Amino acid sequence: MTSVGYLPILIFILIALAFPFIAFFLAWFIRPNRPEAVKLERYECGIESSGEVWGRYSVQYYVIAVLFLIFDVETVFLFPWAVRYDALGLFGLIEMGIFILILVVAYAYAWKKGALEWA
Amino acid sequence: MSETLLRFVVVPVAQIAVVIAALLLIVVYLVLLERKINAFMQVRLGPRRVGWHGLLQTVADVIKLFTKEDITPRHVDRLVFLLAPVVIILPALAAFAVIPFSGGSFRVGSVGVRAWISDVNVGLLYLLAITSLGVFGVVMAGWSSNSKYPMLGGLRSAAQMVSYEVPLGLSVVSILMLAGTASLVGIVQAQESAGRWFLFWTPYPQILGLFLYFVSGVAETNRLPFDLPEAENELVAGFHTEYSGMKFAFFFLAEYINMVLVGCLVAVLFFGGWLPVTFGIPGLREPLSNFFPFWGGAGAMLTGFFWFGLKVFLVLFLYLWMRATYPRYRYDQLMRLGWKVFIPLGLGHVMVTALAILVRRG
Repeated sequence: MTSVGYLPILIFILIALAFPFIAFFLAWFIRPNRPEAVKLERYECGIESSGEVWGRYSVQYYVIAVLFLIFDVETVFLFPWAVRYDALGLFGLIEMGIFILILVVAYAYAWKKGALEWA
Repeated sequence: MSETLLRFVVVPVAQIAVVIAALLLIVVYLVLLERKINAFMQVRLGPRRVGWHGLLQTVADVIKLFTKEDITPRHVDRLVFLLAPVVIILPALAAFAVIPFSGGSFRVGSVGVRAWISDVNVGLLYLLAITSLGVFGVVMAGWSSNSKYPMLGGLRSAAQMVSYEVPLGLSVVSILMLAGTASLVGIVQAQESAGRWFLFWTPYPQILGLFLYFVSGVAETNRLPFDLPEAENELVAGFHTEYSGMKFAFFFLAEYINMVLVGCLVAVLFFGGWLPVTFGIPGLREPLSNFFPFWGGAGAMLTGFFWFGLKVFLVLFLYLWMRATYPRYRYDQLMRLGWKVFIPLGLGHVMVTALAILVRRG
């Protein structure tokens, strides 16, 4: 019975998926389509494009991605704990305190290593 | 059979149609409101040529977007380029499937209709999960454009959205603890039975939680003062530089729908959703929660829409006010705020709330 609640969500997702395609299709009837060599160039403020596009970029983006993974998984662990917190009580608080403490050690290490620094 | 069909297909489809139509209308007038508020804060008049005081300005803009040429530059990855706006609008819309817009109910035949599309017991988890999918659209747009500005904008945007995802999740954990459920309807009902909104919960009001949630929400939606992904004086338009016509329109639409979503969530999580504003006076609660008692449940639903809309409007006004007030952050400042200030604050907030619940219980 409870899983039936997901049916409207599925319908919504399907409608939300169809919506932009319908709009693209309708606009396709109305809009002009006059491609030109210069118009189809990359936008670079009017001057001709030069150099690599998918070149190198700051390594910091990778660091942020890895840190995000750790902290987001941690937040996901907090969720079921939070919902059942009333039943867990003091035990739950201590348990989660230890968990967060371990994480804070890692966080302090990352901070000290300069992983949170944006250079 | 026909009752099951009515209950699980016809009513939800009608509700979805109403929600999408209402969202489009709200976005159209939110854009106008933004332009008007910005104008008045800068002592200008804003748009006022199209329609009475510019009331049809955005309608004209939508027509313009429909009739604009949709350029697909030569170097792009065509499939990903086409899919990016779809991937960005899908989570923005689908998130509204679990938002409770109002209380009360009325009957169509034998089927009761409520003011939410679905009430699942993992509502908040679903919301966090589906809204975080939006970042894929940004990355896809930035990468597939195969152009320098979109690439840089997409990278920045992905890092920013991902960074503020963590404090956003942390600020919500304390609400889960207070409500004891992840269902959004349950969260509002918990505030109803507590007799006060979670913002004013004693002994530890959730003001810090609201601050963390709202600021992270602003950063997630890439709005000023955190609009670095599309900082127009450095990156032209960020990840959607190469987009035009209807595809651009969907990026634009998704941004505003996400703003409305943050407004709805602030209202539900911290301001008691559809509950009336009573200033803590118990006698006011009864008359203010139903303006149309002769209509019964439908009247209560209409009244709930009013209060909910009012709260969402205030949050959106704050958004626009911030845009007119604050200068843009620098990128390193943004990252420092997210990682070095908000995450410790969020973790501390969770632990203090946990302690406060124990203290209250004694």
